[in-house]
Amino acid sequence: MTGADRTVFVNTAAASEAGTGAEAAPEAVDLTAPFGGGTLPNPVTTASGCAGYGRELAKFLPLAELGSITTKTIMLAPRSGRATPRMAETAGGMLTGIGLQGSGIEHFVSHELPWLAERGARVLVSVAGERVEEFAACARALNGQPGVVGLELNLSCPNADNRGLVFAANPATSHDVVQAVREVADPTLPVYAKLAPDVTSITDVAKACVRAGADGLSMINTLPGVVIDTDTLRPHLAGTVGGLSGPAIRPVAVGCVYEVHAAMRAGECAAVPILGMGGIRTGLDALEFVLAGASGVAVGTAIFNDPTAPLRVLDELREALAARGFAKLTDAVGLAHHKN
Amino acid sequence: MAHPVQRQAEIVELSPVGAYHRLVLRAEGIAERVLPGHFAALAVDRADGSLLLRRPFFIHRADPAQATIEVVFAEAGRGTRALARQRVGDVVDVVAPLGNAFAIPTGPASALMVAGGYGSVPLFGLAERITEQGGSVGFILGAPTADRLFSIEQARAFTPDVLVTTDDGSYGIRGQITLPLTEAMRAIEAGVVYASGPTGMLRAVAEVCAREGVRCFTAVEQAMACGVGVCMTCVLPVVGEDGVSRMVRSCVDGPCFDGSRVRWEDIGAVPPDLEGAAAMGER
Repeated sequence: MTGADRTVFVNTAAASEAGTGAEAAPEAVDLTAPFGGGTLPNPVTTASGCAGYGRELAKFLPLAELGSITTKTIMLAPRSGRATPRMAETAGGMLTGIGLQGSGIEHFVSHELPWLAERGARVLVSVAGERVEEFAACARALNGQPGVVGLELNLSCPNADNRGLVFAANPATSHDVVQAVREVADPTLPVYAKLAPDVTSITDVAKACVRAGADGLSMINTLPGVVIDTDTLRPHLAGTVGGLSGPAIRPVAVGCVYEVHAAMRAGECAAVPILGMGGIRTGLDALEFVLAGASGVAVGTAIFNDPTAPLRVLDELREALAARGFAKLTDAVGLAHHKN
Repeated sequence: MAHPVQRQAEIVELSPVGAYHRLVLRAEGIAERVLPGHFAALAVDRADGSLLLRRPFFIHRADPAQATIEVVFAEAGRGTRALARQRVGDVVDVVAPLGNAFAIPTGPASALMVAGGYGSVPLFGLAERITEQGGSVGFILGAPTADRLFSIEQARAFTPDVLVTTDDGSYGIRGQITLPLTEAMRAIEAGVVYASGPTGMLRAVAEVCAREGVRCFTAVEQAMACGVGVCMTCVLPVVGEDGVSRMVRSCVDGPCFDGSRVRWEDIGAVPPDLEGAAAMGER
């Protein structure tokens, strides 16, 4: 196939409805994105752990122009994180084992959140715990705080009460975390469960989370992996196992979004918005997630390559939607599932 | 820290210097912001290429009139090999200036510059500042072998006080860089030592300085993914002003650290007294 000759199919139904013809003006595309039970001005956020708490990225882009900014995962107590080396570059991505380094929820609320709120950033706060009640305590600490638009539960945190197996590994523990958080969190704040791809059935975990009250699903977290240093003949990361991220994992991530969205369409799982992530580097990458069923997208590892990537992806997504005749983002959500 | 900008920079020169490569990049808005110790983070692959992570390089020179910065790099892996294959006229995505820069003595001072390999790269701008302020500098340049020494002539242009060491004796004094260190510090009555190079060397220099009671600043090299402070991979344990040790990022809190505050022996570990270490207990 020659790339130059590829036909770009336009969404004729959406285009004729909007009366714009085949191609819409990019600035006219309505990017309003479903988020929990409400909306955000646009679908693009940062993936947790790839944008810190926003201060560094603010030097490269106005945070308020993103739909939201998702923070690095915050836990109750300060954590030093793991020893170095924490990272190995891989083909089309990287393996990282940071160990959730952070100053704890109290420090976040007093030092980081006010700064973000002042800049008009809409903050999706990623929280985690080693026990169900730690997730809940973090959620409670965020109630009534400025700038917070939602919570994202990082379920890929080792569960101290279950031999260190991550919460995301099975539907029951995922359910328990979501339920505990939903009970104490401000009812107006959407709670997103972030799912891990390395499970027997991500749809089963998704269903359990939605049943427990999740207002949205974030997919996917990193894939576990090991890189061996062929000079030292030992694992490259101090923590041996790390999480694989970057463009290399994108088809896995799109596949997970596709599968769970399909279950929602089939009525097997109550429909909630999906925040898609995993290897998004361009607007077309983001569009893949949207077509698979995501109504929001997060840019992660690509930020390390290009600190302006989230805003660039937003612009490119807007153009890609316009070029295909979409008057609004929501017309494209899940369109890949249509039979014709 | 510096306020970095991202630019598509044009390569105006790429040439071998001994075992290294000298790369001169032209881009508006960078050179005038550069202070000694700042670095640049370069993308090494195409925008859709498979190597995503930026490579950090200390800035050797910055010329605001020409809008150029110069970095020096060694071919050490796929990324730097790819960079070395670029040509004059090609465009490189650069984020700079980055990092915290060296602390510079306020008045005239006698400073000893200690550099391993091409670690001398960030020290010349610093030497210039110090001499401009009426101070003086000496250099110890060391490397495993003669071909890995960098810019001996440039050092000699500053001062006759230049010592050179090689591990194999192929040039200058045979031995490690710390061999003549104490004597050199005393000879020039160094009030401050600036060191740049591999971590093991920095640790050894910091230990000698501590013994001699001389201020020591070190420019560290840690593996980095982003260079801008978000990836948290380039951390090392450092004692803060409040006496508490924390994992700090060498890209934004460094790369220039007071050598007496870095917990050199704990790099690559999580010492139990580090803030937040208790939460990391193996379960």
